[in-house]
Amino acid sequence: MDCCTCNESDKSRQEYLAPLQTILDGYEGKEKDLIPILQESQEEYGYLAEEVLKEIASNLDLSFGQVYGVVTFYSQFHLEPRGENVIRICMGTACHVKGGDKILDKLKEELEIDDGETTDDLKFTLEAVACIGACGLAPVIMINDNTHGRLVPKDIPEILTQYE
Amino acid sequence: MGTVSIIIDGQQVEVEQEATLLEAASKLGIEIPTLCYHPDLTLHGSCRVCVVENEETGDLLASCVTPVTDGMKILTHTAKVRSARRINVELLLANHPNDCLGCDRNGTCELQDIAFDLGITEIRFAGEMKDYPVDDTGPALKKEPNKCILCGRCVRVCEEIQGVFALDFTDRGFQSVITTAFDHSHAEVNCANCGQCATVCPTGAITELRYREKVWQAIEDESKHVIVQTAPSIQSAIGEEFGLEPGTVATGKLAAALRRLGFDKVFSTDFAADLTIMEEGNEFIKKLKGDKELPHITSCCPGWVKFCEHNYHDLLDNLSTAKSPMSMFSSITKSYYAEKMGLDPEDIYTVAVMPCTAKKFEMEREELKENRVQSTDGVLTTRELARMIKEMGVDFVSLEEEEYDQMLGTSTGAATIFGATGGVTEAALRTVKEKITGEPLDRLDLGFEGINEETVKIGDRNIKVAIANGLANATEILEGVRAGKSEYDFIEIMACPMGCVGGGGQPLPTSTEIKCKRAEGLKSIDKSEAIRKSHENPEVKKLYNDYLGEPLSGYSHHLLHTDYQPRDRN
Repeated sequence: MDCCTCNESDKSRQEYLAPLQTILDGYEGKEKDLIPILQESQEEYGYLAEEVLKEIASNLDLSFGQVYGVVTFYSQFHLEPRGENVIRICMGTACHVKGGDKILDKLKEELEIDDGETTDDLKFTLEAVACIGACGLAPVIMINDNTHGRLVPKDIPEILTQYE
Repeated sequence: MGTVSIIIDGQQVEVEQEATLLEAASKLGIEIPTLCYHPDLTLHGSCRVCVVENEETGDLLASCVTPVTDGMKILTHTAKVRSARRINVELLLANHPNDCLGCDRNGTCELQDIAFDLGITEIRFAGEMKDYPVDDTGPALKKEPNKCILCGRCVRVCEEIQGVFALDFTDRGFQSVITTAFDHSHAEVNCANCGQCATVCPTGAITELRYREKVWQAIEDESKHVIVQTAPSIQSAIGEEFGLEPGTVATGKLAAALRRLGFDKVFSTDFAADLTIMEEGNEFIKKLKGDKELPHITSCCPGWVKFCEHNYHDLLDNLSTAKSPMSMFSSITKSYYAEKMGLDPEDIYTVAVMPCTAKKFEMEREELKENRVQSTDGVLTTRELARMIKEMGVDFVSLEEEEYDQMLGTSTGAATIFGATGGVTEAALRTVKEKITGEPLDRLDLGFEGINEETVKIGDRNIKVAIANGLANATEILEGVRAGKSEYDFIEIMACPMGCVGGGGQPLPTSTEIKCKRAEGLKSIDKSEAIRKSHENPEVKKLYNDYLGEPLSGYSHHLLHTDYQPRDRN
């Protein structure tokens, strides 16, 4: 039962949840479908909002707490909106030795966000990761599927403009 | 089912094939420490405190989850085992706050006991401390995740026994924390406030939200007339806090102790339990006559009521509208009692001693407020009351027995058995049968099982009764009702295993055996009570004659009945 008494917000809520309903309709409403549903929903919305998770829980006859437990277990799921561009900065050994931390500092400075955060304009999300397997290019970052290697801090502003 | 033979510490033992090493050792009287293990819950095997050694391979095995195999040779207390246990506990202590002196579970903490038993004298490892905020927004429970050792007992009791699923493990690795969805406070989620999580928690990570300080303040406030009522199940449980055997009936000492604390009047919720039966019994009779749809479902358990509001909106109309004994009692203190005593209801402060954490939530329910004012001002659990008695320096065991005060203090056997599963049903049917047929009800002697079904003949009608304790058991019955497959007339539901004797606010440690003894204690009172039927309680009769009129009359309906609200499932 929906306890929202405001018709206006109820309507916009329904509109917001309409794509989710289409996703849910493609499954049988069984517990085993939870992860594919979460993946598709994240694909659709960019992240997993509280009301989306609540709806998924009700549909699969699971509790909100159980669904939240699963979502927070897997690093592939996100509870906050994500940037249009995801910057992954390598913090592995080679990148560390080659000054990866200075690149991270520069990215933080340019974007005015911390590791794991997203810019207010939803353009960029910054994530420090363990290793992206391109040690020969250290220090290295990936923006979406593109690799930018052998960086020095002053390269960063120009690289970012390519994505704005 | 076959048996196997194994050797533990040189002694041979025959056990069932499915048994675990822990069960086999227990059969020999060998004690193995445990933390994440709980006899009422599924096995988890996460804490590794119960490790034992395989004599042949030297392997360390978690005894709580390792099944026996024929011919196994096990050693339970070798130097290697003791050292492993100690290190495992030391690692738990490495990021534990270790502020035992200020902890509510000081003295009843299993982690503390195990550390002592294993001979841990210093905390060698300094781990990175957790830094989660305390959630004391209530209304019933307080959560301190920094004290949590991730044994998962609370998660399992909430899922397996209660079917609520409010808590779960979230995040992973060092960030793992047991919490609600989005860390919402218990007030915002589907928690029933039953407090079973608090009773199975081995540490102080989940406790009741304390009300002691506020009650002390009220007692010390000269302008307040402070009344206390004690729920039926307190009398056979509170003795445990003072070293008495579980099930010891300590009604007289309880009344005496409450006077020593400084309460102005010492009354019994049992009185109001009789009142509940008068209202609810008559409500049921009306339903039997076709006034409203059956089954009639009891509503005195606040954990169950909230669970129903979240999960069974369609059955809310079947709930008895009679307030719980606690809330009826409190309403009477601020109306009838105030009038009789010439007191301003605003000067009356009504405290309830309950076996229950959910009563702290019930106390704050909007539906139970009169002109936006709560009728119950403070709820203490059995454990909290015991702490107050100790703080006051009262030697509980040597107290001379005293009586409850007159006017709202008399109870019957029927009221007393409210405190154990099946009690409300038996009490109600005693009055209902006599009202309808004029004949007394034979003893029902219902058992303490999780689900109990009976058929009781009243006149020419067979009344089908179902009794459930533990919310997961309740679900089983209610799904049948929802599907139209059951023919029950009367359903009693108590959220806690075995009813209030197993309540979330009762003394710790607890076990099925202890709960049984508490229930037997209540039954023994019922047997010896001169008056065993609610409708014969002289103070209740007087209340109707002088003040309320008939049960279900306009005035009693206003004062003694309530309604419910549907809530989101999650």
